[in-house]
Amino acid sequence: MLNRRSVLAAGTAAALLPAPLSRARAQAATIRLGVMSDMSGPYRDATGPGSVVMTQAAIAEFGNRGFAVELLQADHQNKPDVGANLARQWFDQGVDAILDVPTSSVALAINQIAREKNKVFLNSGAATSDLTGAQCSPNTVHWTYDTWMLAKGTGAAIVRTGGDSWYFITADYAFGHALQRDTTRFVEAAGGRVLGAARYPFPATTDFSAFVLQAQSSRAKVLGMANASTDTVNTIKAAREFGLHRSMKLAALLMGLVDVHALGLESGQGLLLTESFYWDLNDRTRALTARVRRANQDRPPAMVQAGCYGAALHYLKAVADMGAAAAKADGRAAVARMKAMPTDDDAFGPGSIRADGRKLHPVFLFEVKSPAESRGPWDYYKVAATTPGEDAFRPLTEGGCSLVRS
Amino acid sequence: MLEFFETITGIPAPLLFGQLLLGLINGAFYAMLSLGLAVIFGLLNIINFTHGSQFMMGAFVAWMLLAWAGIGYWGALVLAPLIVGATGVVIERLMISRLYKLDHLYGLLLTFGIGLMIEGYFRNEFGSSGLPYRIPAELSGAWDLGFMFMPVYRGWVVVFALATCLATWLVIEKTRLGAYLRAATENAPLVQAFGVNVPRMITLTYGAGVGLAALAGVLAAPIYSVNPQMGTNLIIVVFAVVVIGGMGSILGSVITGFSLGVIEGLTKVFWPEASAVVIFVIMAIVLLARPAGLFGRA
Repeated sequence: MLNRRSVLAAGTAAALLPAPLSRARAQAATIRLGVMSDMSGPYRDATGPGSVVMTQAAIAEFGNRGFAVELLQADHQNKPDVGANLARQWFDQGVDAILDVPTSSVALAINQIAREKNKVFLNSGAATSDLTGAQCSPNTVHWTYDTWMLAKGTGAAIVRTGGDSWYFITADYAFGHALQRDTTRFVEAAGGRVLGAARYPFPATTDFSAFVLQAQSSRAKVLGMANASTDTVNTIKAAREFGLHRSMKLAALLMGLVDVHALGLESGQGLLLTESFYWDLNDRTRALTARVRRANQDRPPAMVQAGCYGAALHYLKAVADMGAAAAKADGRAAVARMKAMPTDDDAFGPGSIRADGRKLHPVFLFEVKSPAESRGPWDYYKVAATTPGEDAFRPLTEGGCSLVRS
Repeated sequence: MLEFFETITGIPAPLLFGQLLLGLINGAFYAMLSLGLAVIFGLLNIINFTHGSQFMMGAFVAWMLLAWAGIGYWGALVLAPLIVGATGVVIERLMISRLYKLDHLYGLLLTFGIGLMIEGYFRNEFGSSGLPYRIPAELSGAWDLGFMFMPVYRGWVVVFALATCLATWLVIEKTRLGAYLRAATENAPLVQAFGVNVPRMITLTYGAGVGLAALAGVLAAPIYSVNPQMGTNLIIVVFAVVVIGGMGSILGSVITGFSLGVIEGLTKVFWPEASAVVIFVIMAIVLLARPAGLFGRA
């Protein structure tokens, strides 16, 4: 008699038998990449669907080198618990690498899970420098940017131009505090002073004029904005309205191309900001942009999205180098191979990955163009300074990463 | 006088007056939004949770009129409330009108759901990071008041919002149409028996309430970034304002809107971290002491 239990038993027995060779090879030969991002919240435009498009572009550029590549996507809604559940599910279903993951709290959760399951975590979207510091992991590569690099890029540059007294408007949660702390260090190291800070409730604040007024009465020379996306845009708008920009320099510590787009060049002109990618940097970035622009809703890729492309491409090269089966079996070995190989892609040019998982590439200080200087849509930046990767990121020995032998 | 303030509060007087003025400006938005909610609740008995999305739609329609049709701020000030109000009429006819016989809660859930859908649609179409909208040339620039730099546009917002609130109050309290409205609120079947088309009046009232939200949206477009979540952030506060003022009380919602804006502004001077909470603390106290709100009828 055939009941359910015996069918199950038979199925289990069949699974234990050596599978036909062709099937085993087909399975080993599929590398699964999962882009986990903010698909519906405030960071959607800078990450989200564009990150999927850019990962797809990396897969297309890589071509077929003896194994298939499958791409999955999911929305973590900026919630660490949602992200952690998705990550466990994905890894258990055979996903080999998770990409992007903006929002530092979610990224730190997935950093742990990837390590526990010996898979690969290629982070592009999160800002916290702890990913390559106190919480560094042999399974993680932090590709695009971090808080330390932003603080040094914009903060130190503004102190150099004479902005030696600061007042902060800070989003009252972990990210804002970290950004203010890192920037304060650079300001003070350069002989500057911090005169005060207004911590505003996040995300319940829409009107920043009250804090702008407080900054004004502090008589500091620089307004440091330790916040992101819409909040930064609204802070700058209020600062312009109340004439703050006449007496103080505005320092947007985390600001990207889509934020400048939202702000408009009229209010944004003259701002200094730090990024590691801009679509109109050189022939290679322009060619990359031309390839993806149509798929990316007629927008050039943003920095974090370009990071997904670079990380995916380099990971696939490492997989090809060591063999897909070996890469699937051991995420740590795959990341070690990525670190051993020099990187090169159209977005970031030649570079390398350090022992702590930090990807090194040049970092740019951009100045936002005036409406008269801009020649067309998305022509927003001119390069004010370039810092080589070795100097732009936190020195290897200062991060406190356990992977680094001193 | 100024020195006296400074010595008792430890806060520089210019900063204090600046914040008071800013509170008044924010209060103007609270007042306009809670006014629309009060009008709708007064007649329809619907707690309109779509209000935040309709505020956002007002800002987006202003942007669309400029980007797609070349119609500037002044045109948008007239057209956007009409367009968004018309969508309100459609929503009322197709969906909300079916719920009048049921408990308030159903209307709340329905309008909340519609609000989420509208927000999701705009996020899909226009992204999350927002769109720029410039202050009209006639209202750009700023006055130097001595203690602060006062942008002309913000002054305009306060004046315009006050005028709108006053006009709405006059229509409802002093005109024949307003008299019908108030009568229908008390006893709809009786008013209908006198030959007044009450369902049509209800529909148009909802449209007008929604139009007020859209008008506030157009006013907000040049100040804040035009983005899909701009209403969500504001609407929770506005609901607290309505509860404190008393559901359905028009004058109450206007006065409460302005005064809570000022109280919030003062909190930002003394304890910025608490500025998001202060309104809800007041709401809790008012609910305990006067459950019908400061101006509501028990």
